[in-house]
Amino acid sequence: MNTAKATLAALRRRVAAIEASGETEGREAARIVGLDQGEVDAALGGGLACGALHEIHAAAGADNAAASGFAAALVLRAAPQDRPVIWIRQDYAERENGALHADGLAALGLDPARLILVKLRDPVAVLRAGIEVARCAALGAIIVEVWGEPKALDLTTQRRLVLAAEASGVTIFLLRPGAQPLPGSAETRWLVRAGPAAALPMNAPGHPTFDLTLLRHRHGPPGGPWRLEWNRDAQLFKHQALLRHSAALSELGPPEAAAEGAVLPFERRTAPDRREGEGRAPDRRARSGGA
Amino acid sequence: MKGALRIVAPDPEALKLGLGTDLSLAEARARIANLLVADHDPVADEALIERIADWCDRYTPLVARYGPNGLILDITGAAHLFRGEAALLADVMARLATFGLSAYGVIAGTPDTARALVRIGRTMIVEPGREAEAVRPLSVTALDLDEARTLALTRAGLKTIGDLVERPRAPLAARFGADCVDRLERLIGRAEHPVSPRRLVPAVLAERIFFEPIAHADDMNASLRALAADIAALLQTRGEGGRAFEASFYRVDGLVRRISVATARPNRDPVAIARLFHEKLDALSDPLEAGFGFDLIRLGAFRTEPFLEAQSSLDGHALDDDAVSDLVDRLGARFGVERVLRFVPEDTHIPERRARAVPALSLDDPSCPGWDEGFLSGEPPQRPLSLFNPPEPVEALAGVPDGPPLSFRWRRVLHQVARAEGPERIAPEWWRANDDTRERDYYRVEDREGRRFWLFREGLYQEQQPGPRWYLHGLFA
Repeated sequence: MNTAKATLAALRRRVAAIEASGETEGREAARIVGLDQGEVDAALGGGLACGALHEIHAAAGADNAAASGFAAALVLRAAPQDRPVIWIRQDYAERENGALHADGLAALGLDPARLILVKLRDPVAVLRAGIEVARCAALGAIIVEVWGEPKALDLTTQRRLVLAAEASGVTIFLLRPGAQPLPGSAETRWLVRAGPAAALPMNAPGHPTFDLTLLRHRHGPPGGPWRLEWNRDAQLFKHQALLRHSAALSELGPPEAAAEGAVLPFERRTAPDRREGEGRAPDRRARSGGA
Repeated sequence: MKGALRIVAPDPEALKLGLGTDLSLAEARARIANLLVADHDPVADEALIERIADWCDRYTPLVARYGPNGLILDITGAAHLFRGEAALLADVMARLATFGLSAYGVIAGTPDTARALVRIGRTMIVEPGREAEAVRPLSVTALDLDEARTLALTRAGLKTIGDLVERPRAPLAARFGADCVDRLERLIGRAEHPVSPRRLVPAVLAERIFFEPIAHADDMNASLRALAADIAALLQTRGEGGRAFEASFYRVDGLVRRISVATARPNRDPVAIARLFHEKLDALSDPLEAGFGFDLIRLGAFRTEPFLEAQSSLDGHALDDDAVSDLVDRLGARFGVERVLRFVPEDTHIPERRARAVPALSLDDPSCPGWDEGFLSGEPPQRPLSLFNPPEPVEALAGVPDGPPLSFRWRRVLHQVARAEGPERIAPEWWRANDDTRERDYYRVEDREGRRFWLFREGLYQEQQPGPRWYLHGLFA
């Protein structure tokens, strides 16, 4: 009995050793970053692989902003601290979805001073620049935003992006507004939809929330849907379900949440025609002077 | 006579017939019946002289304009490259003649001497120290004084420069002004007045002259690489690096094409410089037309700055910075400097003016502070990820006149507002001139599908007036 147990343990150790060595040989230098330390990471086999190509799709035209926000959040997870981030954008994306707003990036946690924005006219230029940029190992991460389904983004180009990312260790996020998810060479493929945020006191809109589906994962089955909330302070995704726990709420919620907790029901009833001046913003931040 | 047609530029034949500038056309026609006349086109003349000036760069980088149809070349230290002054002058005149241009050329110790002699239609070389002798027979108009003083000089019996040269200077200065003496001294080569070149003179330059014009892209790239190596060696001896480089391609037919690249930090790596030019040449929308070939390629470094030898720190951080700035240079060369941007904060509350996107190349230090707006921890983003400029008008319905919207229609889709927060008032910045913004009350709203928007109401409610307009300004993640 004892010997059988010992043999089994030894075998397990050997298997573990073989698995570990196989892992490092297969993708050496590939870092893995956790996203939520829970379900999503488990589905990804530990976390998001760096030095790879990840594709992000929006579920509908109105979710493009959510897809961009998700990409920015992934960049924050994947890019080593203080490394520059390059966002390559097609001009059309700016006309359709608006220009990137530096304050908004900062509000998500991405320091605009880290960002280099490359605005290009057509998808061919965007992809060319993407491959060139992906070879620079000094970068943190890259967002390549191509509008629609250009011919230039064929399997060969995707493969070249993947190779460049693997060689330099830079993570590429291929942001694809206005495109249908199709098979390709990406490590993971995500479908992003804006999710209703957990309301803050006074029925205010909450933190960036994404409804995510993992459409494809190279090393495992697809997964989702999950509803994740981006927490800027922790720079981590959290499951929204957690927020329903009172403990999590006090940890995550704004400082005044506890104090105003008692008036919540009252506020909910009168929320739509809430009087001016009770808003949260004006008393927290002194904006411009006169009014 | 006002409004009369006048002769602007008579050719040598016409001059021989006594037709000078400023003669009215009617009178000239009366004297010579079969006169050939073309309309004066000052713009085309200007373009031509500029083109010739560009072409003259091949002889010296110091080319200055003089009058409407003159050029001054400072050939100090350049003549020996063309096997002496005489050969240089002959070369210039011969080439100009092949372009079908008639010109006069004088080489003299000072620009003023040369100018005076060219104006009377000479082509000659004035031996050093013999300027006074050469200009002696010229009339006093060569001094370029105003009309009254020229007349006064001739009235005093001083008709030629020779009359003036022997005179004591003090009475001349007292009678005709100090600048009269000054001009005289320059004319006879005893004083010099610096010319201001029409183009910036490069701090360092290297060039290749080809006996057989080259037209192949490979040849051009190879010579650019060689030139970059030359420039790098020159910069190294000065302990500097260049931040702006310009390559000039001189075509055999006189056309000059200039291509410039800029770098984010002082650079003297020949491979990197040549690569930037390669990127730029590849991406030119109007490619370099070789035609019959280029017989001279020149590379110059314009902005030079002290070059600090990179010392790689233990974590290789400095090298990383270099790698990123090299990447920015390459992207700038290929896609245009104005397309590779960084954000710089502005001191304003108006959202669309808050960040200025400037070419990443132009920033000496990209790590500018000012973005930490002091977020409270646990607070959701107060500013949207993307911003529409100009804001997009929406039809919004509010419960009470100055309350948050209940629903709004944007791009033909109706959004029912589920949650809203606001208003956050952003007032116009009256201390700025030309500020036409009005008070804006911003609301963060979330619709029933969970999408978050940034809306604002422009202006205030007033009696007897249509309600303020609503705009969608941005989208939250």
